[in-house]
Amino acid sequence: MVPLWFYLVVSAALFAIGAYGALARRNAIAIVMSVELMLNAANINLVAFWRYLNPFEINGQIFAAFVFIVAAAEAAVGLALIIAIYRSRQTVIVEDVNMLKW
Amino acid sequence: MDVNWLDANYLPWLIPVPPLISFMLIILFTGRNKVFSHSIAVGSVVLSFLMAFGVFLKATGTDDFGFHETTLRIFGDDITWMDVGLSEFKMGVAVDPLTAVMLFMVPIAMLMIFIYSVGYMGAYPDDDPHKIRYSRFFAYLSLFAGGMLTLVVADNLLLMFMGWEIMGLCSYLLIGFLFEKKSAQQAAVKAFMTTRIADVLMLVGIGYLYAEAGTLRFHEIFFANNAEIIERLGNADQTGYLGLSAASIIGLLLVIGTIGKSAQFPLHAWLPDAMEGPTPVSAMIHAAAMVSAGVYAVIRVFPLLEAGGNPHHAEYTAPLILMGVIGSVTALGAAILGVGQNDIKRVLAYSTISQLGFMVAALGIGAYVAAAFHLITHAFFKALLFMSSGAVIHAMEHGEHAVEHGHGHDEHDEHHAHHDEHAHDEHGHGHGSYTWADLNAKIEHGIEAGHLQPGERTPYGADYVGPNGELPDDAEWKTSIPQGLKPDFVAKPNNIALMGGLRHKIPVTAYAMLAGSASLVGFPLITAGFWSKDEIIADAMTFITNSGQFEGHSPWLHMLVFVSLVIAATFTAFYTTRMWLLTFWGKPRSPMAEHATLMNHVDPEELAQAQTSLKKFWLQYSNSALMQGPLVVLAFFAIFAGFVGIHGDFPVLEWFTGSHNFFHEFVGASLLHEPATIPFKIWPVLVSVLAFSIGAGFAYLKYSVPRDSYEKDPVQNIVGDPVWQALKDRFGFDTLYLATFYRGFEWFGRRVSYRAIDKETIDGILETIAVIFNNIGEAIKRFNHVIIDGVGDGIPQFIGLSGRWFRNLQSGRVQQYLLFTAVMLLAIGLFFVLRVL
Amino acid sequence: MEITWQTIAFAAFAVMTLGGGLMVVLSRNLWHSALFLMLSLFGTSGLFVLLVAPFLAAVQVLVYIGAIAILVLFAIMLTRRMMGLEETQNTQWPAAAAVALVLFLILFVTVSPLVDEQWFKDILGGDKKDGLGQRISTLNADLPVDPDAKDSGVVANEDLNIVTVEAIGEALVTRDGFVLPFELASILLTAALIGAIVVAREDEA
Repeated sequence: MVPLWFYLVVSAALFAIGAYGALARRNAIAIVMSVELMLNAANINLVAFWRYLNPFEINGQIFAAFVFIVAAAEAAVGLALIIAIYRSRQTVIVEDVNMLKW
Repeated sequence: MDVNWLDANYLPWLIPVPPLISFMLIILFTGRNKVFSHSIAVGSVVLSFLMAFGVFLKATGTDDFGFHETTLRIFGDDITWMDVGLSEFKMGVAVDPLTAVMLFMVPIAMLMIFIYSVGYMGAYPDDDPHKIRYSRFFAYLSLFAGGMLTLVVADNLLLMFMGWEIMGLCSYLLIGFLFEKKSAQQAAVKAFMTTRIADVLMLVGIGYLYAEAGTLRFHEIFFANNAEIIERLGNADQTGYLGLSAASIIGLLLVIGTIGKSAQFPLHAWLPDAMEGPTPVSAMIHAAAMVSAGVYAVIRVFPLLEAGGNPHHAEYTAPLILMGVIGSVTALGAAILGVGQNDIKRVLAYSTISQLGFMVAALGIGAYVAAAFHLITHAFFKALLFMSSGAVIHAMEHGEHAVEHGHGHDEHDEHHAHHDEHAHDEHGHGHGSYTWADLNAKIEHGIEAGHLQPGERTPYGADYVGPNGELPDDAEWKTSIPQGLKPDFVAKPNNIALMGGLRHKIPVTAYAMLAGSASLVGFPLITAGFWSKDEIIADAMTFITNSGQFEGHSPWLHMLVFVSLVIAATFTAFYTTRMWLLTFWGKPRSPMAEHATLMNHVDPEELAQAQTSLKKFWLQYSNSALMQGPLVVLAFFAIFAGFVGIHGDFPVLEWFTGSHNFFHEFVGASLLHEPATIPFKIWPVLVSVLAFSIGAGFAYLKYSVPRDSYEKDPVQNIVGDPVWQALKDRFGFDTLYLATFYRGFEWFGRRVSYRAIDKETIDGILETIAVIFNNIGEAIKRFNHVIIDGVGDGIPQFIGLSGRWFRNLQSGRVQQYLLFTAVMLLAIGLFFVLRVL
Repeated sequence: MEITWQTIAFAAFAVMTLGGGLMVVLSRNLWHSALFLMLSLFGTSGLFVLLVAPFLAAVQVLVYIGAIAILVLFAIMLTRRMMGLEETQNTQWPAAAAVALVLFLILFVTVSPLVDEQWFKDILGGDKKDGLGQRISTLNADLPVDPDAKDSGVVANEDLNIVTVEAIGEALVTRDGFVLPFELASILLTAALIGAIVVAREDEA
């Protein structure tokens, strides 16, 4: 059987990739996608630990299911915000939306 | 879960709930409908009042309620709030005798304040900020009430602290309710910051108590295993630092919390400025809620404060000494300052500070029951006084409005005109003849007659008035005084120097306020304030004369408290009588007072259409009735609430009381060792009566004579101008705080908190660094300019440059901020990883 | 380590997940990014299957690929003017890459106690004195780790009762289970739904 740490390394790598995307992509939609990748990485972690440490309890899977829910909500609201910004400023490039100062 | 919510054990849970729900309902749903909003708010308080009154009745009807012999019989319930390691943290409600009497006083006072608010807020014109934010006012007021009731029913310090902080927030919101006024903003910030200083220390005290005792529930600390915890905490050998026992340190911190909340010296400065809020708020803060909460808290934790000592044997612990000294100083100082105030609300504010000083000092000498008693009676008469002053101010504002608009409102109002005519005839003025120009003429006349030097300040702060009655201070105020609140500024409608003769305009208010004032000054035998104040003075005096039981300890604290309280009582009698006489006695000293009324601004056509006389009455007098009705109710309590606490052996009255002091026996059962009833002595009573007679008699002599508007205040003539100005400047405390702490905190707040925390990002901090560097650069630059002129521009320039460079980090680009955050987090992560490696 | 079908499948899905993820953040065409996102999500779903979580695998496909990824596609179409950007990465990308790398290393070091020493020794030069395998094994000795957490005590797939959809459904609605979080999640979703509509809706005026 594949050892636990394989999964953890994959998860860590996916998380780092997502973090890079969130920090480096200009398009807000790409950032949302990167965040989804990070959430996925967390989910792999959760399920893997469930499987290897405590497979007879149901909690681990439920936990992962709730991450889905949060991800869905986050995606819906995030994309709605992007569309709203696009509508008012005609851009989805986050550098152009530099209102977060002063 | 089977819970009978009507059971007295569970009912306390529900008492704070209706106002909190009301707050949410108004904020979320009914904010647009004023009638709906105030109905919900008043209804919620009625509900709370009914429940609280039920619990109170049940408590008084229970035999041996409280701690008797060896059993503790109280109402209460708790839930496990969270598990802390192996122990549980329980949260709950409890009603012991002390809580029960609070549950009697607080909801009644609140209900009256709420009803009054409907009239008070409703009486403003539609475009006034009071009216625009009408619903929000009731929402805040509800939250305030909810916070107070939470605090009262709480059975542990943490829940109590939550209620405490809710009230802190509400006082901030409500004092700054008229936030268009700069002075209101600053007063709100002042109140919030001042109480915050004390609250932080109090929270430290609570944390320390939890660490030492393992629980924060009052009855576990005070009663469990025969007060084992108290004994241990009070023993300086076992616990504590610096020779103080843990109980003393905790007690000191908790007392500091009260010093802030109850506006004791030196943290008193916020309370007089809290007058910036609408008057019902002042009543709420001064009577039913905020400052009472502070005193209630120390009464509540009194066993902790006296642990390790015994005030009845002059073995004072550190917290008791702190309370005794601070209370005495505050009671005396505030009473003296009360003499020099011309703002009617500010007089009352200082009287509140002073009376709270009485309570704190009483607690300092172990007069537990007397402090609680005075707390209850004071709440009633102070709520009454504040609400009366609000009615007075309203009447004055109405008068000002009438003067400005050419008395237009009088034409459609025959009854009123008739009434006015009557009043004017009596004072030799024709109807509507008194204008600001007349006042100027009077002042000129005064200068000619030599009563006044040209340029000298009259009691209301100026030697002339503008065509519309504006005082120079007004203009200055409108252009926003940079140094903040001027201590001696008095708004026109609040100025008692401009009042006079109002007893003919608003008789109900006048006589209700007379009842309140009589109670405040301790009018002998028939007022509540007399009995409660007398009990404090009796407690202090009895132990001095009975020094045999002190076993060699000097009762110095008792003496200090006694002397200062008696002097303070004399001053109280003086300034209260002065205030009442200046407001209601004599004849009007300004056009505003001339036209003062509480009637509605009513549309004449609407009035003509009104069918029934009842409707006519309501159209004209609704606000007047809503404002003055509660005054009558409270006047009743201000007079009669004292009779529950008469000393059992008082001559003649002992026939009625059956030699029982009901209040003492009931509330005394909140303590493990019921405080001994002091033997009745006639001397304390005589001292009280003497203090009252001197103060009130002197004020009557000086102020009952008719005065003209240009005349100086008699006190000013007696003490001289510098002292008078010092009184009006509140001994300079406010200015001092403004110049030191407030400026400092404001600087800190603006530069650090606002920029760094408010922006929630790293760039705020960098900005601060830049600003600090800039400031340092600025300072160095100035230093250079002064010391070695022209040398060393280079360093400041360099620092300024680095400041500008730091500014670049504040780009507004979210990903850059995220990157900084990530780098910081990784730095922390790396730190831990490398430590392991 | 012996090569089983599981190992092969794992490798395939891991490559799918990571490769897809990498393309999501690197692809110049946003539309391709979204499609690669689907690929990556599908790979994750495969990993869930390998972890014997069929329910989650199915939900992954349905919710992530079927809903979220499609939502992203719609968003891209709605903002399609922004698809052909000259620069897809901002100026701070080297710093971002460094951060991502350090993040990965930290995470790796954190999980390293679980790493099978022998595997590393085989790959990284056996038992050589200063080899990385040696260093990691000494590192393992220092870290406070529950030895049970290693693979030794893992339940084999054959001995495992597969958690059925039924069991999960029951756990979600029983009082001793997760009914409160479940209800809260529904409220969250409703709030997100309404919020999204309110935010994205065109102004009536």
